[in-house]
Amino acid sequence: MTPNQPINISTNQLFNYTLHLADNNLILGHRNSEWTGHGPVLEQDIALSNIALDLVGQARNFYQYAAQLKNDGSTEDTFAYLRDANEFKNVLLVEQSNGDWGKTILRQFLFSVYQYYLYQQLEKCSDRTIASITEKALKEITYHIRWSSEWVIRLGDGTIESHARMNNALHELSEFTDELFIPASYEIEIARQGIMVDPVFINARWREKVEAILREATLPFLSEDNNKQSLSGKEGQHTENLIHILSEMQSLQRAYPGCEW
Amino acid sequence: MNLLKKFYYGDLPEQKASANDPSLTGEGREGAAAWPLWEIFIRSKQGLDHKHVGSLHATDAQMAMENARDVYTRRQEGVSIWVVESRHVHASNPDDAESFYDPANDKVYRHPTFYDLPDELKHM
Repeated sequence: MTPNQPINISTNQLFNYTLHLADNNLILGHRNSEWTGHGPVLEQDIALSNIALDLVGQARNFYQYAAQLKNDGSTEDTFAYLRDANEFKNVLLVEQSNGDWGKTILRQFLFSVYQYYLYQQLEKCSDRTIASITEKALKEITYHIRWSSEWVIRLGDGTIESHARMNNALHELSEFTDELFIPASYEIEIARQGIMVDPVFINARWREKVEAILREATLPFLSEDNNKQSLSGKEGQHTENLIHILSEMQSLQRAYPGCEW
Repeated sequence: MNLLKKFYYGDLPEQKASANDPSLTGEGREGAAAWPLWEIFIRSKQGLDHKHVGSLHATDAQMAMENARDVYTRRQEGVSIWVVESRHVHASNPDDAESFYDPANDKVYRHPTFYDLPDELKHM
């Protein structure tokens, strides 16, 4: 294992893409875990903590595969704990603040639906490791959609206050949904190699599902020209939120490198 | 003596307890205390019967089902869930214990151990 072993461009793009998948899950998992012990009721505290664990578990699988691709002695922990914000490739949506329960629910819903249709494609992709990780994850994601969409409907079509809060959450998060479907350089490359479909492909399905649930929740759908966001989280350009997440998540490994307990 | 009174499922005076007991009205509990209580029954992979595993709060049957999944099956405990709203469970009164159960104490003849079984009958 030589640390500076050159890796060819195609492996490199697959490596970047694997990190992107992992980072999405790690950051959203971490965000959700911030609710642990603070959930509105005990049962929902556990429910959201379970989802956080599912997401971190999926992230670990992808990081382990990324370490295998990199083959320079990196481990899953290297990627999670020793990279800076500009090296993270997660979409901006998952790093947004928890806000109130409604915003957390909506963020989970918008992301889970995206993840569902994306993983349905990845499950059939030519990379066998990614195919098997996503196949296993799909069962978990199916439940995440069920759980979060019930809450979106319950709150959207609930009281005047819950409806107003969901409206507000929709307003805050809608500027980050377009990024999901704007391919990053590595997504274009691996789509070209036939490993994965272009993310534009899943946009229509995502929209259809999200629209159906929002309609039931008596909430307006996000308008097409909502995208005022010029950053690309996928390419390592992040909102300030990610820096705060990382400074907490990585503080132990940064202060005591290699520590175990 | 009254302090030691044990409540059984179905006769827990929920409304009264939540209004008066400060331990139940902590932060965030107001919402859940207003939600009805549900009894949860889980059937394990091996078992044929659903066993009572505990209770939880939920606004409706669907939420009770999802909460039960998240609270009681996260360690592979089950393959089937029943939820029953607690108010539909009618429990016997512990004060009736003497008249309900003691009379059976001296009626051993109710056990099927006094019959001579024919030799042809196996596996009994």
